[in-house]
Amino acid sequence: MDLFEYQARDLFAKHGVPVLAGEVIDTPEAAREATEKLGGKSVVKAQVKVGGRGKAGGVKLAGTPDEAVARATDILGMDIKGHTVHKVMIAETAPEIAEEYYVSYLLDRTNRTFLAMASVAGGMDIEEVAATTPEKLAKVPVDANEGVSKEKAAEIVALAKFPAEVADQVADVLVTLWETFVAEDALLVEVNPLAKVADGRVIALDGKVSLDANADFRQPEHEALEDKAAANPLEAAAKAKNLNYVKLDGEVGIIGNGAGLVMSTLDVVAYAGEAHGGVKPANFLDIGGGASAEVMANGLEIILGDPDVKSVFVNVFGGITACDEVANGIVQALELLKSKGEDVTKPLVVRLDGNNAELGRKILSDANHPLVQRVDTMDGAADKAAELAAAK
Amino acid sequence: MAIFLTKDSKVIVQGMTGATGMKHTKLMLGDGTNIVGGVNPRKAGTTVDFDGTSVPVFGSVAEAIEKTGADVSVLFVPPAFAKAAVVEAIDAEIPLAVVITEGIAVHDSAAFWAYAKSKGDKTRIIGPNCPGLITPGQSNAGIIPGDITKPGKIGLVSKSGTLTYQMMYELRDIGFSSAVGIGGDPVIGTTHIDALAAFEADPETELIVMIGEIGGDAEERAADFIKANVTKPVVGYVAGFTAPEGKTMGHAGAIVSGSSGTAQAKKEALEAAGVKVGKTPTETAKLARAILEG
Repeated sequence: MDLFEYQARDLFAKHGVPVLAGEVIDTPEAAREATEKLGGKSVVKAQVKVGGRGKAGGVKLAGTPDEAVARATDILGMDIKGHTVHKVMIAETAPEIAEEYYVSYLLDRTNRTFLAMASVAGGMDIEEVAATTPEKLAKVPVDANEGVSKEKAAEIVALAKFPAEVADQVADVLVTLWETFVAEDALLVEVNPLAKVADGRVIALDGKVSLDANADFRQPEHEALEDKAAANPLEAAAKAKNLNYVKLDGEVGIIGNGAGLVMSTLDVVAYAGEAHGGVKPANFLDIGGGASAEVMANGLEIILGDPDVKSVFVNVFGGITACDEVANGIVQALELLKSKGEDVTKPLVVRLDGNNAELGRKILSDANHPLVQRVDTMDGAADKAAELAAAK
Repeated sequence: MAIFLTKDSKVIVQGMTGATGMKHTKLMLGDGTNIVGGVNPRKAGTTVDFDGTSVPVFGSVAEAIEKTGADVSVLFVPPAFAKAAVVEAIDAEIPLAVVITEGIAVHDSAAFWAYAKSKGDKTRIIGPNCPGLITPGQSNAGIIPGDITKPGKIGLVSKSGTLTYQMMYELRDIGFSSAVGIGGDPVIGTTHIDALAAFEADPETELIVMIGEIGGDAEERAADFIKANVTKPVVGYVAGFTAPEGKTMGHAGAIVSGSSGTAQAKKEALEAAGVKVGKTPTETAKLARAILEG
């Protein structure tokens, strides 16, 4: 989960990374009081999870509380690269910035270790720094069990060639930022820019944090950081039912078991769709190994509730779970939906293969549901589902 | 021959006495796996009966190794306790730890991986978030259905469980030397490259099928490895062409970040290394069949 700047700022502050004061608001009028609290001047910063907001006009200085209200009025509701601004941060104005640096920790998947990145060329897109002046970006592996001590931080500072007068302060930031990274189970913590301001202090002026959803079990406070307003309603409904669902923009609803098989199903439907007017998959939905009638019914309910869906492709490979159980699950799920008064009118193409496939197919044939068609190969079933979606 | 797992492997199960552990221990025994024990400190000294096979429960991995000579551990330990369980297996220097558990925090998997390295790499880790591995007709360490296929000459390495099953099913008449599910997490122990190297060295493997998916650059690095080191034919499949940027697709590691980790880049890298890449799992199986049947 990627966080907003103000949420990243809060986490930095919690773990001792120096930040500027500020608060987040969602109405223009609230900018007045927030700015008064900061002594009458503020920076009004759009809160969007996308880079380049400054260039897009999403960050403005306000010299008076009235001006802050005016700037917040301009920025709230603004569209930045497809992201609507619902919140702005009213932040303390930084003393004059002398230099801008960059520091981050992230997972280096390639080397299966954590990585510290640091540069004295901050303030700009770090991918650009890496591409144009790689010598200005220090990359230092960090052992997950050893972490970043004061000594390790000093090593990073030296490798990145920070000026002597800020070396200690930057090292302190590196230690507290590492604490943030570990304590919050983050996949990324990034400060950009880390600014040296006129009075000599080093302050995190902007940052990014991405959190590991797999750690939610020990991070109860992270749930409150979710941007529930921005979540797709179908994705929210699926999440409430513990379903692994991602909304896409096509017309063929997809249900399958196993993340890899479902990803593959999306691709196979997209290929098949090329011959049927370009229809595409409408979603990713992995119902996992069990595929009980209840889980199948929950999944079908979400997918049939998507107005974009014109046909549904249920693609199951029976592994440990036998196909007869899955077939019974589908039949019962349709009955369950009917008994709940749901009007199921979209055609379903079902492909069952693997453990007890013959038995499962027979159950579907015997049930003879008017909306269910059996196609016994994955490629053939994808083609049929695409054809049905295109015909609607 | 086979890779990583044979009929001589002595297997213990960490988390055997939980519901998932019980279910799959029974299935593994049914596939002929030599299961010599389970580990649970609270139930040490007891035995568990699986359809007439009595399996002793030990207090620790070290004790299980000492008493049975176990050389493989399969872990069904819940995410919150998985790191401690893997560290215990590493401390006991078990040669192979197969971590089935899904949902382990990255800070935990990065920590046990670093720990294994710091202890001299004596324990091969497979997974986490994987179906384990099977050497058909010999042994099954994990949750791959044992009855899909038979012993044969194809070696399979895959990030995905169900795509592993699908591929084994498509090529079930030819059979497999070993099939290894390496898992879909961002940090995994055994990689495509490790399995490719082992299959290259395995005299019974004649062709390798490699299944990848979006996220990271493991497939690109595997492609470089194949080009330099693999003489046997390799057929590939990559899932996730239609995955949108920035969305996690089921597996924690299956995410396209910016322009990196795309299926297209992986496919191109594999093809540049001489790997035939299928558009669908079925087409991939056909490519493998065509090579083997010449």
